[in-house]
Amino acid sequence: SLNGKYKVQRHGLFVLCTSGDSVKVYSTRTEEWLHSLQGHTNQVTGIALNPANHLQVYSCSADGTVKLWDFIDGILIKTFIIGYPLFAIYVSEKHEGIVFLHIGFQLVAVHLPKSAEQEVEAKELSAVSSHISPNPSCTAFGREGQYIAFARNLQLNVYFFRKQKTYSFSLKATDKKGAKNAFTCIACHPTDDCIATGHEDGKIRLWRNFIHKKEYTYSTQHWHHNAVNTLCFTPEGTNLLSGGIESVLVQWQYGTGNRKEFLPRLGGSILHVSASSDGQLFCTSHSDNKITVIESSFKVCGVIQGLVKDAVLTDLMIDPRSKALVLNGKPGHLQFYSLLRDKHLYNLDIVQQEYIYEAGLDQFEVVKAAFDIKGYWLATVEERGQKSSDLEFFLKLWSYDERTQSFVLNTTITAAHTDRIISMCFSSSEETTMLVTIAEDGQFKAWCQGVDADTQQDQNFWSCDFVGSYHNLKPTNCSFSADSSLLAVSFQEVITIWSPDTWELLTTLCQPPGVIRDLCFGRLSCSKYLISTTTRNLLCCWNLLTCALEWSTSVEVSKLQSDPLSENVAAFSYQSKHTDLFVFKPNEPRPLFTHKNVCSEKIHRAVFVPREEPLNNCDESSQWLNRSQLYFLTQNMLVIDDSVAVTPFYLLLGKHRQQQQKLNTPSHQAADRPQQPQGSVTITELLHTPAHVLPPASVLCSMFVSSLLISNTGEMESSEQEMNSEKEEEDSEGEMEACDSQQELRAQGSVDEVTPKLSKAQERELKRVRKTDFSWMAGLIDSKP
Amino acid sequence: MGEFKVHRVRFFDYMPSGIRALAFNRDIERIAVARMDGSVEVFHCSDRFFQEKIIPGREQCGIEGLSWVGERLFSAGLNGGITEYDLTNQKVKYTIDAYGGPIWTIAGNQQGTHLAVGCEDGTVKLFEVNEDKIQFERNLDRQKSRIISLSWHPSGSKIAAGMMDMIQIFNVETGHSVHRLLADRGVGTSRSKECVVWSVVYLSDGTIISGDSVGMVKLWDDQTGTLIKSHNVTKCDVLALSVSQNEDSLVAGTSEGTVVQFQFISMVLGKDDKEWVRTRTFKNHTHDIRAVAEITTAVVSGGMDAQLVVRPLLDKVEVRSAASALRKIHFPHRRLVSCARKSGLMLFQYPGHLELWRLGESEGKGSSLFVKRNPEKLLHLKVKGEDHIRCSAVSPCGEWIVYSTASKLRENTLHGLKHFLFLFFQISKLPMVLSSANQLCFSSDSSHLFSASAQSSVHIASLSQSGCKFVGTLKPKSGSHQAIHLLAASEDGKWLASANSDHEVHIYNLQTRKAHCTVPVYSSAVTAMGIHPTTNCLFMMYADQQMCEYSIEQKQYTDWSRTVQRKGLHRFWMERDTPCLNVMFNPQNPSHVILHDTYMLCIIDQSLPLPDDKTQFYNQLTLKSLPEEQRKSHSHAFKVCKTFKDILCVELMSDQSLVVVERPLEDVASQLPAPIKQKKFAT
Repeated sequence: SLNGKYKVQRHGLFVLCTSGDSVKVYSTRTEEWLHSLQGHTNQVTGIALNPANHLQVYSCSADGTVKLWDFIDGILIKTFIIGYPLFAIYVSEKHEGIVFLHIGFQLVAVHLPKSAEQEVEAKELSAVSSHISPNPSCTAFGREGQYIAFARNLQLNVYFFRKQKTYSFSLKATDKKGAKNAFTCIACHPTDDCIATGHEDGKIRLWRNFIHKKEYTYSTQHWHHNAVNTLCFTPEGTNLLSGGIESVLVQWQYGTGNRKEFLPRLGGSILHVSASSDGQLFCTSHSDNKITVIESSFKVCGVIQGLVKDAVLTDLMIDPRSKALVLNGKPGHLQFYSLLRDKHLYNLDIVQQEYIYEAGLDQFEVVKAAFDIKGYWLATVEERGQKSSDLEFFLKLWSYDERTQSFVLNTTITAAHTDRIISMCFSSSEETTMLVTIAEDGQFKAWCQGVDADTQQDQNFWSCDFVGSYHNLKPTNCSFSADSSLLAVSFQEVITIWSPDTWELLTTLCQPPGVIRDLCFGRLSCSKYLISTTTRNLLCCWNLLTCALEWSTSVEVSKLQSDPLSENVAAFSYQSKHTDLFVFKPNEPRPLFTHKNVCSEKIHRAVFVPREEPLNNCDESSQWLNRSQLYFLTQNMLVIDDSVAVTPFYLLLGKHRQQQQKLNTPSHQAADRPQQPQGSVTITELLHTPAHVLPPASVLCSMFVSSLLISNTGEMESSEQEMNSEKEEEDSEGEMEACDSQQELRAQGSVDEVTPKLSKAQERELKRVRKTDFSWMAGLIDSKP
Repeated sequence: MGEFKVHRVRFFDYMPSGIRALAFNRDIERIAVARMDGSVEVFHCSDRFFQEKIIPGREQCGIEGLSWVGERLFSAGLNGGITEYDLTNQKVKYTIDAYGGPIWTIAGNQQGTHLAVGCEDGTVKLFEVNEDKIQFERNLDRQKSRIISLSWHPSGSKIAAGMMDMIQIFNVETGHSVHRLLADRGVGTSRSKECVVWSVVYLSDGTIISGDSVGMVKLWDDQTGTLIKSHNVTKCDVLALSVSQNEDSLVAGTSEGTVVQFQFISMVLGKDDKEWVRTRTFKNHTHDIRAVAEITTAVVSGGMDAQLVVRPLLDKVEVRSAASALRKIHFPHRRLVSCARKSGLMLFQYPGHLELWRLGESEGKGSSLFVKRNPEKLLHLKVKGEDHIRCSAVSPCGEWIVYSTASKLRENTLHGLKHFLFLFFQISKLPMVLSSANQLCFSSDSSHLFSASAQSSVHIASLSQSGCKFVGTLKPKSGSHQAIHLLAASEDGKWLASANSDHEVHIYNLQTRKAHCTVPVYSSAVTAMGIHPTTNCLFMMYADQQMCEYSIEQKQYTDWSRTVQRKGLHRFWMERDTPCLNVMFNPQNPSHVILHDTYMLCIIDQSLPLPDDKTQFYNQLTLKSLPEEQRKSHSHAFKVCKTFKDILCVELMSDQSLVVVERPLEDVASQLPAPIKQKKFAT
């Protein structure tokens, strides 16, 4: 992920950006990721080109070190140990051998010792200012490094190094017209004594004559309708670039008042702008994890796109054709992201409407999507007005066009149901393709591609084939069996099994209490099983041949996911503030693999990603991963945020969180400071394993990067973790051995995976309960007609 | 504080006239304002912008330019004449025709020797300024199009003239054109429209700055005749430019109602290479700004919306005080309404006519009363001739109306001011000696008319059913000959006080018809005064919000007045930005003095202690919440009522009812033409 700041190198050949605990180097010509500079142990907070040598870059990190890199070859040259968490770095040509660091609320000048050693401790610190904004863009060096300008809230300060004097200028908090004057960013003109400041209400002020207490002056320009996020002067000083939430890059001609040029529709809101030192290229970074490379003629010449981290509403899906991960991308789009190559492939415009970048607007969003088994059809649902009562939604069906190698819209169904669509799935048979949708209006509908006799057109459009309902109950989920001979639709507590050929209700299955949450047919050798989970902590496995409950267990499952290439089913269980993962085969009530405490958040989205080549792993516990990898998406609330803050995954999330904290105003500023890692044990163990034990770095790295499936909704944070490192499995194996009692239980045919350590009395009690459960269940099934 | 029945009068449809030109005289700190109706006003910049002098205009006399030459004020207009004003007597001194068609602009050089006017026929005419007149000297090279704007180089050797599509630079010596600077037309559809150079400014370093109808402020070099820089200030016109004395700040007024400031700033701190940089934008007007003046400590602007806005430049102000606050002057600092206190009549003074109204009657009690009889308009009196009314009065008994105009002047004749007296539509001829009046006043028993005249003298005429008879003249013992702007007669008919523009207040004994005494001269102008009916003390309000009470009989300030001076007035009182316009006394309670300005009505109870800066000034609400016995300890002398807004006049009638004449600014704004349409965000 490309969160963070970046600089364009001297000739505009490279873009550097911070990404978690590393700095990534991209080529501006090919937009390829060249390499990353790795070595920091905590989040990289700032980078700055070495003014003395433009092939070197300084990076500062929350781990308390400043590192100097040769970024072309990716070599670490030196490490300076400061000892405090660092939040930003500023350098200037005038101050050789000095870097200015943002420590706490202080701006500190640090003399870098000239020593030949690789690791040096820098001890010469001198404070420049003790009240500095936590926002790194609120500080900038002035002309020839003679002064440094920094703003905090409503005050602009200019510190002159030679005179050692600070001039301060204050603005009123608001004026009669309701302007919000707080500073949001600063840029200094390279040759003139002019400071440009951006403000919360979108104004840009150009300050001059700021060595006078009274006779200072500023001019105000106003185009942005929301806060100015970033400002940057071009190296010649002829233009000023500004960007904000509007995702329009504005170029103000310096000195001519309000003559300006616009580059609109750049994607997400602009977070940073920077110009290459020859002024030929500009770069903008966006909130949707993207870097845009722009020529000085104001044309976009390259886009470096990471995985879009905005709100994920759809399930995680794998495009069967490209094996790419598919989920919400840009607003109104689906993104196709190749996990193997860790590259964003393309965005598919689903909504096909202009998206307006402004907070608080109700706009169409893709909420559901599904692929058929061959990847020839894609069904999407877009919705607007979830919050208000007037819900609008469309069901769209897209067919794959071989010629354009893309999906083209085949059918738009405006009123598929009278209420919101809850879920949908394609039949998995080879011959006919069928889509089943279930909605809150209590109906499920089957859609088929039919030949329209009236029009006799070449194209075949989709139309409704069957409408079904069950006692007016609200459906909760639907699933096709592997051979598409059966359709299971759950209505509240009842699972109904239908034959898609005749639309006959074959049987109903019921195991109260609790509303059915997930439904999942077994695959391959286990295709006679149907697995269901309920909201009341019950995981049931039904035998469809006997129409009886094969086994059940009491476990709270938040997500059930079956592997399309094997019999395995993965269940994520969320209990007492952490999530456990169980992998089992439906034919036996014993888990193949258990992994306690995967993460601390509830998991709602997961996907098995087929491997290109099956692994031949003899290790029994990790065999389930031989054919595919399991990816899942976690959602953690902001409250838990800080506790995970310093796990390396947090670092990968990087800037994203920092920006949120910016929004969260001073009370949360302290959260910027790293705290002791206390996230999940396995993750830390994974990351603290010696390098020689780990698989090749290239494998790990790409997995790390690809693992960033992040939703970016207001207060929700999500991170994605990836589970299949061999090392990790070894760890968990050890863990499993540790709980012997559990093994014992299994030997007795018990299926309890939730309570690993129980006293004998408890075990007995549990057994008794389970037995009664079974008998009661059997009776229920028998009584069915 | 007492209760009054209040007549809230809103039928005075007074419309201030738009501002056309401004001229600032740094030496005497006066700013002259020319309005659309041809009137010229003089404001005192260091005396809180008090409107010292008003010279009424005439029909069909559009002033286009104003210029000070020394302490003399000249104007030129579309009638083709150049007018000099007699500021002492507040009237037109003479008008001479320039014989070049309508005049668009007038500019005097800094040396005070010459005036240049730009005419419709394309000539720049130079006039020599003599001792008591101006004399045509010669024409500069005639151009093909009209001359819109002129500016002298500070040395007086060159003139820049703004025209259609270009700027010409003339050598004054030879009269020939030195350079022709072509101003670009707008792009697109406005390509076919001529670019009007509305305003030029010639700086001492040879930079010429122009503002044009394309919306550009352009900087030119007069040596090479090339454009140095251009700033796009607006989509509409830049109508006015003004530069500060030391040429480091320039303001441009646009037809969008904004004033844009440019500053001459060194781009690199501490170095001398300076550039003109656009800095601040002020938006205080709704309509076109026709004139701006940079007076170093403030920017004064005026335009079609008829308000004069003084926007302080706080970086140049030494001490921030009430005197340096943003000031908007909407209404004249003179009374346009006079009341017949005994008969309930009101006389409204419009520029070209008078209206006499009878107040309505009401019944019932409470905060709003039922109107029993609507007010009615008794008289609509149009002025004969083209002159506008200078002053008017109605006698307290309501039987007499008097007004005075400034009549058309023939050259060298000072005669020509006329008085008309009405006694129920019987026009009385006035004695010849009463030919000129700057202010008019009746005695309280309506038996005498006092008319302020030239040389600070006051003529007295006695009124009777048979007519009007000149009785005598009151002359001040010594002092200035400035025109009198205020007169106040005592209730018992014994005393008369007069205040003139030199801040002198003379008191005359009407029985002996001799000057009685002179109030010590204060640095600020008297804005209102009145003689107390029982104590015969003269109560005076000054432009800087100070107040004085002077005992006429003892010829000294009263004890109360000395206490006020010693203790000082409350901060809130001093910070008000409009002058008090009337002083009244409540016959029911002799210790009450009633004052008003544009925004409030105030009753001063002289028997109560004065507030100091720590006391709560607006304390009515607090007092209401306190129990009766505590109120006394918390109350102070000033009772301010802010119920009424945009007050033109308050008068206490003899039946103890107050008449409050309001002119809401919204009503004024609604009668203005529509402003230039501007795109506003999110509309």
